[in-house]
Amino acid sequence: MATEHATKATASEAPRRRRLPPEANIFFVLIGIALFFEIVGWLLVGQSFLFNSQRLTVMILQVAVIGIIAVGVTQVIITGGVDLSSGSVVGVTAMIAASFAQNSDYARAVYPSLTDLPVIFPIAVGLLVGLVAGLINGSLIAYTGIPPFIATLGMMVAARGVAKWYTRGQPVSMLQDDYAAIGANVDLLGMSVPVPVIIFLVVAAIFHVALRYTRYGKFTYAIGANVQAARVSGINVGRHLIKVYAIAGLLSGLAGVVLSARAITGQASMGVSYELDAIAAAVIGGTSLAGGVGRITGTVIGTIILGVMTSGFTFLRIDAYYQEIVKGIIIVAAVIIDQYRQRRRRKA
Amino acid sequence: MTTTAAAVDRSAAAATAGALLEVAGVRKEFPGVLALDDVSFRLKAGTVHALMGENGAGKSTLMKIIAGIYQPDSGSFRLRGQDIRLQSPLDALENGIAMIHQELNLMPFMTVAENIWIRREPKTRLGFVDHAALHRKTAALFEKLKINIDPEIEVRELSVASRQMVEIAKAVSYQSDVLIMDEPTSALTEREVSHLFEIIRDLQAQGKGIVYITHKMNELFEIADEVSVFRDGRYIGTRAASEVTRDDIIRMMVGREITQMFPKETVPIGDVRLSVRNLTLKGVFHDVSFDVRAGEIIGFAGLVGSGRSNVAETLFGVTPATSGEIFINGKKAAIATPADAMKHGMAFLTEDRKETGCFLILDVLENMQIAILNQGFSRAGFVAEREVEKNCEQMRNALRVKTPDLHERVENLSGGNQQKVLIGRWLLTHPKILILDEPTRGIDVGAKAEIHKLITRLAGEGVAVIMISSEMPEVLGMSDRIMVMHEGRVTGFLDRTEADQVKIMELAAH
Repeated sequence: MATEHATKATASEAPRRRRLPPEANIFFVLIGIALFFEIVGWLLVGQSFLFNSQRLTVMILQVAVIGIIAVGVTQVIITGGVDLSSGSVVGVTAMIAASFAQNSDYARAVYPSLTDLPVIFPIAVGLLVGLVAGLINGSLIAYTGIPPFIATLGMMVAARGVAKWYTRGQPVSMLQDDYAAIGANVDLLGMSVPVPVIIFLVVAAIFHVALRYTRYGKFTYAIGANVQAARVSGINVGRHLIKVYAIAGLLSGLAGVVLSARAITGQASMGVSYELDAIAAAVIGGTSLAGGVGRITGTVIGTIILGVMTSGFTFLRIDAYYQEIVKGIIIVAAVIIDQYRQRRRRKA
Repeated sequence: MTTTAAAVDRSAAAATAGALLEVAGVRKEFPGVLALDDVSFRLKAGTVHALMGENGAGKSTLMKIIAGIYQPDSGSFRLRGQDIRLQSPLDALENGIAMIHQELNLMPFMTVAENIWIRREPKTRLGFVDHAALHRKTAALFEKLKINIDPEIEVRELSVASRQMVEIAKAVSYQSDVLIMDEPTSALTEREVSHLFEIIRDLQAQGKGIVYITHKMNELFEIADEVSVFRDGRYIGTRAASEVTRDDIIRMMVGREITQMFPKETVPIGDVRLSVRNLTLKGVFHDVSFDVRAGEIIGFAGLVGSGRSNVAETLFGVTPATSGEIFINGKKAAIATPADAMKHGMAFLTEDRKETGCFLILDVLENMQIAILNQGFSRAGFVAEREVEKNCEQMRNALRVKTPDLHERVENLSGGNQQKVLIGRWLLTHPKILILDEPTRGIDVGAKAEIHKLITRLAGEGVAVIMISSEMPEVLGMSDRIMVMHEGRVTGFLDRTEADQVKIMELAAH
């Protein structure tokens, strides 16, 4: 029968099509961009772009904070939603966590009686604040049915307000050394590695595994692919969405802790527009805003691409204005290319 | 307007030439699949030409090429004796070829009139849309077609059947000579079907050529003049509808004899599995009571909109009941969510494969496994991948899903294979009570027969089956008992031995 011959034809095609992972393309783009800066660096500036530990450290740190957020945001986008509140949640957790990490010899501490606390305390508070913000996002979306864009837009504005109100706009400074250590370097196998990078990679690894191998992950993709079918298949969609947004909030909280530890201060303006960088990283990494598609590995590469670009432009002493213009173009181009690829695949 | 003048010219030309549309040697290859292989087709003016064939036989692909949606790899096309090459659907429309799609392509938030005349809206002198003229033109069009729909209503408020009518009106409004209808009756009730047939006969009398893709044999004999059969991307033959029998066509379609359409077997009927008492969803259906026993197949019949599917959704906890009781194995069950229903051993194949069934962008494995992940196939949250994959692979083989492997995206499968994947999803849960809503809608004869056989086998294994179907022969052929609904109420039960088409219709139309 001819259907049989058609099936056979597809089968013989399969090995050729089952090839590189979907991240391969974007990974080559990353290498291309890095090489571009390396070559142009030698030509114009007369030095290496990549082999410069100072520049690399700065770049990696920026990547780590955005990356931690992007891991959560990726999961939200896979469900077909979006989280606009992550940057503001970073701001509010940075402030609140820092206020529990102050030195006792600082006369103007936020809580003069709560200084020199064990370092676990500010960390726990920071994570809790992020988690609560995420739970509110998730509950609003699950129980009132308002679109994620609106729920998280509200959180974005409100959380930034809380961050500013918390100390009436004053920065929270004079933090303990223990706390600052979260943002510093440690010796690992004879190398000095920034702790934020370790945190980022661990977080990425955990959720990579969670998305690919756990029920949580399968349900996340299912909801994004077809929420009605997911519901009829017995998935408690509301409860699952709350989980996903809570995780995104928790990770934003973690990013806030890391950022304030690194800067050794908490400031209300911390994390402004990070949510957009995180969304951009996810999208560049192949996550579809339509839901159901996306991988943490892609997001990690996407984050690094953004970091390399920022760092590269600074290295070539290109004006920050141009940087933003080019970044905008890259984000749009990434989505156009991705859609084009998907359309081609669908025709197949 | 120039288009009208052109249309007059066209129909004059069509009347003189015998064939309105003639295609020959069409070949179309998709990556890995030869969809059409040297296919020819001839449509005469003033006739209804049915296309039949299993899903994946190539009829839809051919029609999409004729309607300018796909570009063929090779082939010649003559419209009214002129060689043509269509680059886009718009191109086809302007040449007088309109296709009414299986998936309706209307904009839900625009009015009926706006949908029909989109891109061709009458304008006022200032360049704004002339709403009065728009309304007038639509009303005139509807009057001609005897369609009774308010042109000002938004499309989202219309039933599927009414949308279908709007699509047809839209195609007619292009003064098309060739109208292609892809399974137009799959969501229509009997009464709506006869209205559609009236419209088709009208168009036919005006000298239009109508291509009618269908899976339903009785429609073929009722409406078609000629029938062409396709199989596996090849053209098998064309016959006059008056000269073929049902068996001839089935033989042409499958290349083998199907001796029995409905492989119903009498199996021992066991205890009452599911018992429903006065189940009510306020405003939708009221006081529905029935029992289903192990091994029994109960058919739900009724017109579209009679509440059959709503009862199924409520039983499964998609829309929890406002009052009434459900007993499972004699014990009262509280079912507020699909998860509750699944815990009681229920499974529910929904009516709309694409909307509430498939995860189209995910693969076969991800589609099949989803319902069992809460049923012991995971440890501490981690999915037992190997075990799940083994089960899904067995299910795929048992149901003969045509796919190279479990990692094929479900959107690349044919309708029948998608349906098998969904059935597999539920069979993996080993249901005791199986609810099937239109289990064979829009799928080909071969897959249909396989699904019927499967349902029979499950009943034999003691599963209690509820089957909703708009196809009368299916309900009559498969059910032990038939429950008929009309406007949200049960109007009667018929036993297999006494049921026939007339009795069901009497209860359904009440």
